[in-house]
Amino acid sequence: MVHGEAWTVKELFVYPNEYIYWTIQIVMYPFMTGLVAGAFVLSSLYHVFGVKQLKEIARFSLVFSFALLPVAMMPLLLHLQFPLRGIEVMLTPHFTSAIAAFGIVFTSYGMIVASELWFVYRRYFVETALDLRKATQRGVTQQARYLLYSLLTLGAWDIGEHALEKDERAVKMLAGLGIPVACFLHGYAGFIFGSVKANALWMTPLMPVIFICSAVVSGIALCIITYIATMELRTLRARKRQQRPESGADTEMQSNEIQVVTMTSRYLLMFLVLAITLELLDLIFRGYTAVKSWDILRSVIYGKDFVNIFVIQYGLGNLLPFILLLLPRLTIRRTVAGTLLVLLGVFMMRWNVVIGGQAFSSSFAGFMHYHLPIWPESLETFKEGLAGALLVAATPFVLFWGLCKILPVFPVDESR
Amino acid sequence: MISRRSFCKKSILILGGIAVPLAALELFDPKKLAADRSGPSTVRWVFLVDTHKCVGCGFCVKACKIENEIPYDANVSRTWVERYVVTRDGKVHIDSPKAARDGFTSTSIDQGALGMLKIENSDIDKAFFVPKLCNQCDNPPCVQVCPVGATYQTSDGVVLVDRSWCIGCGYCVMACPYGVRFFHPVYHAAEKCNFCYHRISKGMKPVCVEACPFGARRIGNIRDPNDPVTRIIMTERVNVLKEEYGTKPQVFYVGLTREVK
Ligand code: SF4
Ligand code: SF4
Repeated sequence: MVHGEAWTVKELFVYPNEYIYWTIQIVMYPFMTGLVAGAFVLSSLYHVFGVKQLKEIARFSLVFSFALLPVAMMPLLLHLQFPLRGIEVMLTPHFTSAIAAFGIVFTSYGMIVASELWFVYRRYFVETALDLRKATQRGVTQQARYLLYSLLTLGAWDIGEHALEKDERAVKMLAGLGIPVACFLHGYAGFIFGSVKANALWMTPLMPVIFICSAVVSGIALCIITYIATMELRTLRARKRQQRPESGADTEMQSNEIQVVTMTSRYLLMFLVLAITLELLDLIFRGYTAVKSWDILRSVIYGKDFVNIFVIQYGLGNLLPFILLLLPRLTIRRTVAGTLLVLLGVFMMRWNVVIGGQAFSSSFAGFMHYHLPIWPESLETFKEGLAGALLVAATPFVLFWGLCKILPVFPVDESR
Repeated sequence: MISRRSFCKKSILILGGIAVPLAALELFDPKKLAADRSGPSTVRWVFLVDTHKCVGCGFCVKACKIENEIPYDANVSRTWVERYVVTRDGKVHIDSPKAARDGFTSTSIDQGALGMLKIENSDIDKAFFVPKLCNQCDNPPCVQVCPVGATYQTSDGVVLVDRSWCIGCGYCVMACPYGVRFFHPVYHAAEKCNFCYHRISKGMKPVCVEACPFGARRIGNIRDPNDPVTRIIMTERVNVLKEEYGTKPQVFYVGLTREVK
């Protein structure tokens, strides 16, 4: 079977070689990259702009952003016909191609986040290592931990006041530097689409900007929801440990949590408004100028994809959470619902761009429908179907869990 | 012991060094970027399609599939023939069943998932056939977007794909406004018409040109003023497809009408 035939249904006149070649994995790619960028921007709000209320979630989102990072590349690799040759994009980049820059932008960004993390956690590394060194009898795990943390200090053991101050300055600088790079990382994912002149839906210079805005939205939303989930888990564990319902600890935690969450959702709302405005602007502009391709675009946007775009993306994914989060006396439960819907909205936006962009033939005389492979019958339908997408979606959480073992995201007394 | 300051300095230098892959250092040699076309090539291959002559027999498609080892039953093809039927109500019906490999054997229009459409002869205003193939664009977007340079342009203008280098990202497939690209069902690399480069570089004609019994397809060298194809392109009213994309297509059509997409 020809690549793409398994999930494409053609209608009216479509060129014989046309299939939906960019599938769910290419939807996942900007979605995951967006989460990376968004989580980083959220953490930078505290580090660079000194938004004090976000201190709690800043470190959390920084670590999370690092956990998401490798996953930005995963969908691309899963989508390639020759995944093993993927590295060639780095080795022989062809600089007229937007994808070719990916390796460089991605690596630089990864290094920025890694160095920022190192500066944030340096004191913790040193203190933990020193503590472990003091212990006279170390078990195997303790010995391993000692080695790990000693290694992580990279030989910089000085935690005097002066050195820590310098650390803080470095964090600020890296966070500042990271914002444009994170935006670039994602903006240029938008550029990959926006620059395809053969595709009437993608071809707009607004694409990178639209992508950045919704990236920040999705990143913040995911951080909020993961933050809540982790907090709840901690409360649950604390309660179990104490077995004393009258203990005041978890109510304290609850109120603290809701404060962080409310504050963060304000920022979420702000970016949401920006993202929707840009998207609507793009839509109105297309209808207003109505160039040659508008006929087929209109039939896709207002016809074939109406439910996906207007009901799920704008209605369920934007309008409803907007109301939910805006109404006074925000509760945790409402935030969870709101942020989940926001994530759905951003995912659907990616879907509508990537899949919707391929819903019509370049002949402008036919349509193509994508049927997501649910049950993996072959490697191809596994990679580019539901299973592959779920694999990608689950990976960052596993990584995050692993990272948290080494880098505690919640205030431990000795770390900052 | 290494001081923290010098440590930071050194690690930034090293990390920065790793961030820029070695190959990137060659970035600034523009000649190497676009496949080098500055050579004194006296050949620039062009194609001429005469739609008045095409009868939709599909011999060209069949010959191409066999010559270029595109699995015969696979639903992709390097070249295809489109049928246009314009009815009295002004509607345009187009199809190309199996890329017209077996020619047009039925008068019904293949609408894909919507089934076959029967059109009465009395309803037809006009009907004609248009062969399609890679335009070997002079400004090929497929070459522009390929992240590894697996798609490249030779000095005589033909765009080729290096199967052993393609990573299979599909960017070129997306970038081609003519929809001529696909993934080879056996080799899995990006695939398309290359004017039968293995033949024309040996002085032979592309196999579709040879297979067409009516002379609807011809190949020529636009740099040679005495080439019969060049003379037609220069002196008669010819047209290209989708000029608005700025790809500068090098497949010229005689008798192209506004219905052709
Ligand atoms: S027609 Fe398509 S595949 Fe051929 S050179 Fe032009 S852009 Fe490339
Ligand atoms: S599919 Fe192959 S030839 Fe096409 S852009 Fe990707 S690497 Fe290049």
